[in-house]
Amino acid sequence: MSYSVTEPSSRQKWIAGALVILYALITMAPLVWIMMTSFKTPPDSISYPPKVFYQPSLEGYVNLFTTRTRVSPERLAELPPPTNFAEEIVRNRDMVIAGPSKFGGRFLNSVIIGFGSTFLSIFLGTLAAYAFSRFKIPLADDLLFFILSTRMMPPIAVAIPIFLMYRKLGLTDTHLGMILLYTAVNISLAVWLLKGFIDEIPREYEEAALIDGYTRFQAFYKVVLPQAATGIASTAIFCLIFAWNEYAFAVLLTSGTAQTAPPFIPTIIGVGGLDWPAIAAGATLFLLPVMIFTVMLRKHLLRGITFGAVRK
Amino acid sequence: MKQLKLAAVGVLSLTAATISHTAQADDLTLCWAAWDPANALVELSKDFEAESGHSMNFEFVPWPNFADRMLNELNSGGKLCDLLIGDSQWIGGGAENGHYVKLNDFFDAESISMDDFAPATVYAYSTWPKGSPNYYALPAMGDANGWFYRKDWFARDDIKAAYKEATGDELGEPKTQKELLQIAQFFQEREIDGKKVYGAAIFTERGSEGITMGVTSALYPWGFKYENTPGKYDMEGAVNSAEAVEALEFYKELYKTATPPGYTNSYMGESLDAFKSGQVAMAMNWFAFFPGLYADPDTGGDKIDFFVNPPQNQAGSTLGGQGISVVSYSEKKDASLEYIKWFANPDVQAKWWSMGGYSAHNAVLNSPTFKDSAPFAGDFLVAMDDVQDFWQEPAYAELLLAMQKRVHDFVVADKGTAQEALDLLIEDWTEVFEDEGKL
Amino acid sequence: MSDKTIDRVASATPARVARKVKGLSDRAIAWIFVGPTIFLLLAINIFPLIWTINLSFTNFKANRVNRAVEYIGLRNYERILTDGDIWLSMQATAHFLFWTLFFQVLLGFTLAWLINKKFRGNDMWTTIIVLPMMLSPAVVGNFWTFLYQPQIGLFNYVVSFFTGVDPSSFDMLGSVDLAPWSIVIVDTWMWTPFVMLICLAGLRSIPDYIYEAAEIDRASKLRQFFTITIPMVLPFLMLAVLFRGIENFKMFDLVVQLTGGGPGSVTEMASINLKREAFEKWRTGYSSAFAIILFVTVFGLASIYVKALNKVKER
Repeated sequence: MSYSVTEPSSRQKWIAGALVILYALITMAPLVWIMMTSFKTPPDSISYPPKVFYQPSLEGYVNLFTTRTRVSPERLAELPPPTNFAEEIVRNRDMVIAGPSKFGGRFLNSVIIGFGSTFLSIFLGTLAAYAFSRFKIPLADDLLFFILSTRMMPPIAVAIPIFLMYRKLGLTDTHLGMILLYTAVNISLAVWLLKGFIDEIPREYEEAALIDGYTRFQAFYKVVLPQAATGIASTAIFCLIFAWNEYAFAVLLTSGTAQTAPPFIPTIIGVGGLDWPAIAAGATLFLLPVMIFTVMLRKHLLRGITFGAVRK
Repeated sequence: MKQLKLAAVGVLSLTAATISHTAQADDLTLCWAAWDPANALVELSKDFEAESGHSMNFEFVPWPNFADRMLNELNSGGKLCDLLIGDSQWIGGGAENGHYVKLNDFFDAESISMDDFAPATVYAYSTWPKGSPNYYALPAMGDANGWFYRKDWFARDDIKAAYKEATGDELGEPKTQKELLQIAQFFQEREIDGKKVYGAAIFTERGSEGITMGVTSALYPWGFKYENTPGKYDMEGAVNSAEAVEALEFYKELYKTATPPGYTNSYMGESLDAFKSGQVAMAMNWFAFFPGLYADPDTGGDKIDFFVNPPQNQAGSTLGGQGISVVSYSEKKDASLEYIKWFANPDVQAKWWSMGGYSAHNAVLNSPTFKDSAPFAGDFLVAMDDVQDFWQEPAYAELLLAMQKRVHDFVVADKGTAQEALDLLIEDWTEVFEDEGKL
Repeated sequence: MSDKTIDRVASATPARVARKVKGLSDRAIAWIFVGPTIFLLLAINIFPLIWTINLSFTNFKANRVNRAVEYIGLRNYERILTDGDIWLSMQATAHFLFWTLFFQVLLGFTLAWLINKKFRGNDMWTTIIVLPMMLSPAVVGNFWTFLYQPQIGLFNYVVSFFTGVDPSSFDMLGSVDLAPWSIVIVDTWMWTPFVMLICLAGLRSIPDYIYEAAEIDRASKLRQFFTITIPMVLPFLMLAVLFRGIENFKMFDLVVQLTGGGPGSVTEMASINLKREAFEKWRTGYSSAFAIILFVTVFGLASIYVKALNKVKER
């Protein structure tokens, strides 16, 4: 290895590493605390001082997925013995399971709307990005910039007319309505990012394909798409994360049918009072996929974040 | 679970076929707040499902989001709710904007008489314009803001002696608001059984309606009025009367000197938490929670007792409670009306009370056994005699938001004086009524 | 034929190929490809914007569909600009904006600089630091209210552990003095990684030979830092500030969950105020005007900023 003046000394590296790791640990603490709280019992979760060591319990998860009713001790004694661990946990609190909670449905809504809007954004976005990249479209740059600038509006501002429009069209609180809305929000960024990726693919490939007798469609489908796969994947992750995390539109435009998890999780309550383990359990299940995604796909993701900045 | 559901559907359709009241079995959704009485209603409604063949779904929204979510639902013409148990203040908007079905013809046809229900509840939950015989809801749940306290602490000799020494008075259920403050201050930061406890848990929540409901519990006993002449919207001198200013200052003193730390944004849930965890000697909350509090294994039973919001210059309690309405955007109005008809039945109402719901039916309330049916039943009747409600105008949400802001700014955020807060409130309200064309 | 697209393809490809392009013309393909996107954007971005502008001149209330809608000219704008509460909410927004940007730039740049020392495992730790910004602000913000609980919350406990202050003696979310800082802390925790990543991209774009040349000139490390590192990273940093600035100007979900605008109206920022006006008071016309004012403000500030940014880049 050749000597380089820009290579930091090992002592510098050590100090830098220590400081960064310290920051990372501090930054992780709230997230770790969410997961720890999800395995506490309600009394443990609100004990003082906060408990770091405790007997893990699945009560938070049981409470997250069930609704429960309180029964009198006499009635409780008459009931047949609990048949599973969930029932047993609930019985210990003088309650019985009354039915499933709405969390499963809300989570499913998040999945449907998240993936639906991502698919649509990517599908439309790739087509448009290809066109913007390869063909001359009048006023393309201005158009793109203007579209991007609508993202500067606070979501609430956009929500006012959307609310009125959806009310007229009957799209309020529907999966379709939310998919279309999230697609519209995502697509400007998707086109912007994808155009960059497609720009990088040399034109010669398609031209060679055209010479071989491919139509434009075939050239796009068989040559450009495979080349852009990485870019498409990282753009898709961005769209998915946005739709997954979005709150303002969801809280205003959805209610019982198409409500996603972010507006729902903060409203989880127990019987008489906040049930922090259940909230933490919901948060854990909701946040964990994104965390795993982030760690697994870090290379694409980090590139995507800085992409807009580096390009301009 | 799915199999169970299928089985249930199978059984239901069987009963529907045998009883066959109606042409078809509908799937109804009832919307309400998520709290103890709602769970009782689920149980109660099983009888309806068995009788009618319809099946019931429930959408319960936690209180802090309830108004926001449901009003949004109504305003977007949503079809989520067939039946809605909506707050008393929504009735004006529900009627004028056509969200609720007018029930007069239905009541006549089914010979349901509003005279069978307690007049205060009919006035508050059902009528629009106020007091006119135009009904948009059936009283479903009577409620008022009341108090409960640690009976075991109040009965202890050492505490009683300490109280006598500190104040010269006997410790007992407070007879006035000022006595309530004195007791709360006495308990504040007192050590009981090795634990530091606090005076009282009160409502201070900013986001929905919390602090307004708390503050009005002081305002009404002081003699606060919304208008000098009912229906004239002349608020100057009423809303900011000397009594109102004094009451608001009182509430702030109560908040500053006799509540647990960190209760800057507390409402029903926080008040329950504070009491159940043994942190406070007294707490305010809706009567709706009293059955659950009484049944609580740790702080219920012998350890708890209840009292009506104490008077000061006069008696007065803040009204809670709801009527049940049929949403006009529902596609199952007939089945929904069937539910209301069933619910209005005196037997069902009696069962409703026994399960923890506050029936407003005279057959229940006037029954000789009612007062002794629960330790808070008598208090409930007393409270309902002197209830007052917030504005029920169609613009209620704007009026409420203004009050939330002005009162929270003064009580919790220490901004300005009580007089200024109420003066500003009149300005806000005047603006709203001007926009409405009522001033 | 004046079709530019065809011309371009034709000129870019040998004539023989151009003749072999079969099926749809390129122009048609271009429109088919772009059409749906443009339609969606027109329907859900542009049309609502125009509608909002139109609504802003009316007294429309979305919860009062039976009431006649009147055009009232600029009255809504006049009311907003003379309303003291709106200005207070702008102040709250400005406080939030300034301090979040300040801390995020400071921490983000420092971290990027440290990570750029390329110690072993820096990749993994970078990923861990990035995690908070990937998560749902509403869900995370909601949980932070638990961390901020006066007695039982982890945050207060940790503060008391290091300072000895009684953990029940202060209330981050409920105190008028502390609440504005409580939201700054959470936003900084969440979004410092974003600034960090962009700074890191900037640092990595500085070619080694510049430092090598400086070394030959015997410039001190400190001098190198101020004459090479900072100026070279500055355009990136400014861009990060632009993105964060726009995002935080719109800030809604995190603060709604944390303080809901309280105590009183201390943390009631523009978006929260707008939500109250639009969806709680249902003053649709009024809030549309407010929305337009906010949009113009962001757009104006951003444009000025971008001009400044371009000047920095040119240097």
